[in-house]
Amino acid sequence: MSPRFEPVTGRYLNCELLGKPHRLFVEEAGSGVPLLCLHTAGSDARQYRGLMNDERITKNFRVIAFDMPWHGKSSPPAGWQDEEYQLSSQSYVQLILDVADALALDKPVAMGCSIGGRIVLHLAHQHPERFRALIGLESAAFTAPYYDLSWLNRPDVHGGMVCAGVVSGLIAPTAPSAERWETLWHYMQSGPGVFKGDLHFYMIDGDIRDRVAQIDINRCPLFFLTGEYDYSCTAEGTLAVAEKTGAPATIMQGLGHFPMSEDPKKFNDYLLPVLEKIRAL
Amino acid sequence: MLDKLARLVNDDAGLVRRGRFVNTTFLVAIDDAYSLIRVQEGRIVGVTPGPFITPAYSFALRASRDVWEKFWQPLPPIGFTDIFALVKQKLMQVEGDLHPFMSNLLYFKDLIAAPRKETKQ
Repeated sequence: MSPRFEPVTGRYLNCELLGKPHRLFVEEAGSGVPLLCLHTAGSDARQYRGLMNDERITKNFRVIAFDMPWHGKSSPPAGWQDEEYQLSSQSYVQLILDVADALALDKPVAMGCSIGGRIVLHLAHQHPERFRALIGLESAAFTAPYYDLSWLNRPDVHGGMVCAGVVSGLIAPTAPSAERWETLWHYMQSGPGVFKGDLHFYMIDGDIRDRVAQIDINRCPLFFLTGEYDYSCTAEGTLAVAEKTGAPATIMQGLGHFPMSEDPKKFNDYLLPVLEKIRAL
Repeated sequence: MLDKLARLVNDDAGLVRRGRFVNTTFLVAIDDAYSLIRVQEGRIVGVTPGPFITPAYSFALRASRDVWEKFWQPLPPIGFTDIFALVKQKLMQVEGDLHPFMSNLLYFKDLIAAPRKETKQ
């Protein structure tokens, strides 16, 4: 094959997040409406490679994805060795606002998957004025733990392998093999305890069941896309939130919990009509 | 279904390599029909059907026949594609010493799903 650069650029952003200096890895492609993409727990921004390489999307949208601190090529803050990483609703919301400010984004669209799909509910509830629209992928108001999370970070179990093992079944059985294993590879590369720390938000602290009915989609349009094979955030979980908020939801056939990464082509076909609606706002 | 398991796993060189540090015996319960499956260095070296008086095993996977039959379809129905999907719905119990299971999770997930390769729709 002939060598070819993708139309994706990655840079390190030095900025203050949550009151501390950080070195953050940010990727982007395209131009137009800023679309800030939030990766899943224990993974990184590479999950959005399919969006950044799809001209149908990048011709109208500036697709931006960052590795959260502790994830991917973003460093944890200095002194990390003496603390246990734990994501909270408050720190996750603030992180997104801080990154949007650091990148000087004017009312971006934010799209998040899984923990990202949950946090867009918090953003819609607390900060609707900051966003042009919000897109929740695999969004539900709450997911209770269904296995013992302590397996994810202990010295006698390979963290990368167990994290990939835990999430492997969330991928649709019909996903292309290369994209499935690419998705799992990101999980295998996660730092010790990072996936577990993110799940503190997903399965404990981020429960927003008591507030979803207060979300006003007239202040910020909200859209839901959920894969039919996702048993972590189920179709029922998304449809319940859609009913309470009045936001439109589509259950995506042949996709699971990581739609943008496990089968990018199929996912983009579902995403494009949503992006067209947002452009027309 | 389990009678084919040893051949399906042992013929899969990638799967055997992934399980090369696995040495354990685990139990599969299909309703109240039990089988002990012995793994050595990633290869299945024994599938012993019960009944047993004093079975010795590290961990057990228990589900009804109906659940296993759906799980073993080549393209399982939604909700039956993965052990953890079944556990979350309380359709399967995973119990015992889970260390060998969790520390080789990708191996055991593909081992137990191996019958899908030869199941008729």
